[in-house]
Amino acid sequence: MKIHKYDTVIVGAGGAGMRAAIESTKRSRTAVLTKLYPTRSHTGAAQGGMAAALANVEEDNWEWHTFDTIKGGDYLVDQDAAEILAKEAIDSVLDLEKMGLPFNRTPDGTIDQRRFGGHSRNHGEAPVRRSCYAADRTGHMILQTLYQNCVKEGVEFFNEFYVLDQLIVEVDGVKHSAGVVAFELATGEIHIFQAKAVIYASGGTGKFFKVTSNAHTLTGDGQAACYRRGLPLEDMEFFQFHPTGIWRMGILLTEGARGEGGILRNKDGERFMEKYAPVMKDLASRDVVSRSIYTEIREGRGCGPEGDHVYLDLTHLPPEQLDAKLPDITEFARTYLGIEPYTDPIPIQPTAHYAMGGIPTNVEGEVLSDNTTVVPGLYAAGEVACVSVHGANRLGTNSLLDINVFGRRAGIAAAEYSHKADFVELPENPASLVEETVERLRNSTGTERVAVIRNELQECMDANVMVFRTEQTIKTAVEKIAELRERYKNVSIQDKGKRFNTDLLEAIELGNLLDLAEVMATSALARKESRGGHYREDFPNRDDVNFMRHTMAYREVGDDGSESIRLDYKPVVQTRYQPMERKY
Amino acid sequence: MATPTMDKLEALEADNGSHLITVTFRVRRFNPEVSADAVWEDFQLAIDPKERVLDALHKIKWELDGSLTFRRSCAHGICGSDAMRINGKNRLACKTLIKDINPEKPITVEAIKGLTVLKDLVVDMEPFFQAYRDVMPFLVTTGNEPTRERLQSAEDRERFDDTTKCILCAACTSSCPVFWNDGQYFGPAAIVNAHRFIFDSRDEAGEQRLEILNDKDGVWRCRTTFNCTDACPRGIEVTKAIQEVKRALITRRF
Ligand SMILES: Cc1cc2nc3c(=O)[nH]c(=O)nc-3n(C[C@H](O)[C@H](O)[C@H](O)COP(=O)(O)OP(=O)(O)OC[C@H]3O[C@@H](n4cnc5c(N)ncnc54)[C@H](O)[C@@H]3O)c2cc1C
Ligand code: SF4
Ligand code: FES
Repeated sequence: MKIHKYDTVIVGAGGAGMRAAIESTKRSRTAVLTKLYPTRSHTGAAQGGMAAALANVEEDNWEWHTFDTIKGGDYLVDQDAAEILAKEAIDSVLDLEKMGLPFNRTPDGTIDQRRFGGHSRNHGEAPVRRSCYAADRTGHMILQTLYQNCVKEGVEFFNEFYVLDQLIVEVDGVKHSAGVVAFELATGEIHIFQAKAVIYASGGTGKFFKVTSNAHTLTGDGQAACYRRGLPLEDMEFFQFHPTGIWRMGILLTEGARGEGGILRNKDGERFMEKYAPVMKDLASRDVVSRSIYTEIREGRGCGPEGDHVYLDLTHLPPEQLDAKLPDITEFARTYLGIEPYTDPIPIQPTAHYAMGGIPTNVEGEVLSDNTTVVPGLYAAGEVACVSVHGANRLGTNSLLDINVFGRRAGIAAAEYSHKADFVELPENPASLVEETVERLRNSTGTERVAVIRNELQECMDANVMVFRTEQTIKTAVEKIAELRERYKNVSIQDKGKRFNTDLLEAIELGNLLDLAEVMATSALARKESRGGHYREDFPNRDDVNFMRHTMAYREVGDDGSESIRLDYKPVVQTRYQPMERKY
Repeated sequence: MATPTMDKLEALEADNGSHLITVTFRVRRFNPEVSADAVWEDFQLAIDPKERVLDALHKIKWELDGSLTFRRSCAHGICGSDAMRINGKNRLACKTLIKDINPEKPITVEAIKGLTVLKDLVVDMEPFFQAYRDVMPFLVTTGNEPTRERLQSAEDRERFDDTTKCILCAACTSSCPVFWNDGQYFGPAAIVNAHRFIFDSRDEAGEQRLEILNDKDGVWRCRTTFNCTDACPRGIEVTKAIQEVKRALITRRF
């Protein structure tokens, strides 16, 4: 076991982690621990763009952007945070340009912008061009640009280090962060990183679904590490299902395809979104479009022999436009489906895409241990966090924005904190939990296999807590997850070695997914209303009287060691916008 | 809708994925904890030929041998984790469909060449990233920062578009015979990433980067074998980029 000491430790090197690192490295001695090489992070998969009311191509302003974000989130958004997001968006895009990001350009040489779902002119009048983009590889360009600038700033990375535990120590009755415990993939060695400030930027948790746009490595490690140490998770029932995943595979086809004029059609060739969202049509917000797709499918208007998908039609767009604006996603259709998007419509279905919920933070990125108390020295930003700027449903292009705005804020805040704070003393045997977990899995002779349990979990989640939910389906999920958690105790691995033991790490990641799936389902069961990404067929309306509040889920351990989840609620911050019915 | 070439689409939709074939995967195994020697190991799988090689590797790992080790993340060709030698050619396992590489014969899978193998298909990427870092892969500008964005015409933006696509997968560098024989050579990927900045109208360090590449281990080592261009999963014209850098070194115009 090695012990390292840094002022600031950042967990994750995606967009949020590297944006934070650029700030904190300038101000404090910083280490970035990442389970993937930085450029492998899933930010690189983002396609469509990053929102900012630059008004380069048409009238726009950050106030409209704020409104769209709040409305898009079905009024569960904390409005003070949304205002910061929209206001700081402009500098955040300009900063990236100055760092070298090669945005697409207008004929005047300024950053070009395009339409995206839910972004509108003057509070819903018509779609507005707000998304700044680089073809359909905006995320790739952001990730590369941030990594390039990390190289420039000399950021110190520990690549292929998996953070598996968060050290929390009570000082005068207040929970403080003392550091993290990490597992080095190459050697199997355990490292303690003592740090004055820790920032989680470890990304999403989509891998508990089967059909998902998320990478294999998005297993919610950061959320799980904090949750296991008694910190709450906020709004975990809200997960976004993106309307256009490649049928059966889940690979994303950006909403930018519809921004460029692509149209969704059912088996009769009908542009069905006209029925569901007369103004925004195919560019209504994602939860609305995903439900519309499934409604078409359920009512027998789906395509193919099984009627289980619909089409994304790009065939009316000029091939030059597809080549210039959507080169990557058209290539995905060719590579993985063997069809030609110039002439064939692309079979699609909704795909599990984005976790709106996560580790609760305030607008400085400070993590909360309850509705109001800050955990000194602990920060989170990006998809792992819940600020909450996305509320019940995130708008497209607002996450690349979120990781830049709040990654930057967390990086500055953490570094400044580490200047004035002292190290918190490490707990006794800081590595014990990780050592026990690793030893248990290495020595287990159990009969259960990781892949089998993971597969059953994913199928259960797809079937029961996806786009449509009811009391019955959620209960089915809760029971199944409980069963799988029991069986997980009996899981064993085949690779008993130390070097690059990905067998072991997949087992640990599955443990995280199971914990988080349980929180998601339990939170969803209690929310007896429909809002944004959480749609209950048995409670089809939004219920502002009882549920205009954030869910806060805590892990409780009884005296006998039994685990349970306690749900509490936190008020939504409302400033200027009164909840209205959401129409597109 | 335009009249689609419906036959392909219909065939795709009618296929319920139950058409399995038996394929042999011949994988180069190496685990220094077990043995100092690398060996070939065969795995037989019943698999849908439309699946990716990565799916096959997962099937082996998840159902047959948990110790099989490889890197992967995105599974659709954008993170650059899983470059490997498949049937003797560098490819991304997640972008290679089994049906496209003749599943009748055993499919060989081994680590990319020229970088030290650490375990099975995992190689030491450090030298590769070091070469990348050595070419100053970041925008350098002088003078006062503008308040708004720097302007760039669509044409100027287009000049380096191709080389911005790089995902640092190392398929090119590890397919280069010069790199195999001389680990000091920067390799194509580093040159691609230098190109990305040298030809960016906003950048002011082109001269410095060119000097770095003028070094004995720089671009002049390239013998234009085109392996890199063939290997690049992003379709980057790697050799052309290297040629443009060579030309810029001679003319000092870029
Ligand atoms: C296909 C796709 C397309 C998208 N398109 C858009 C778009 O057009 N616009 C938009 O705004 N949003 C988009 N999104 C959403 C957006 O890309 C993500 O939400 C965002 O990039 C997340 O960034 P992040 O930095 O929080 O996490 P990530 O980029 O996922 O990075 C997570 C990091 O954490 C590290 N990590 C994870 N676990 C551990 C651990 N245990 N120990 C150490 N390190 C760890 C990983 O190595 C990685 O470096 C898209 C998402 C997907 C999946
Ligand atoms: S140039 Fe192509 S092959 Fe080489 S590292 Fe970049 S993406 Fe990979
Ligand atoms: S797994 Fe990401 S490129 Fe293959």
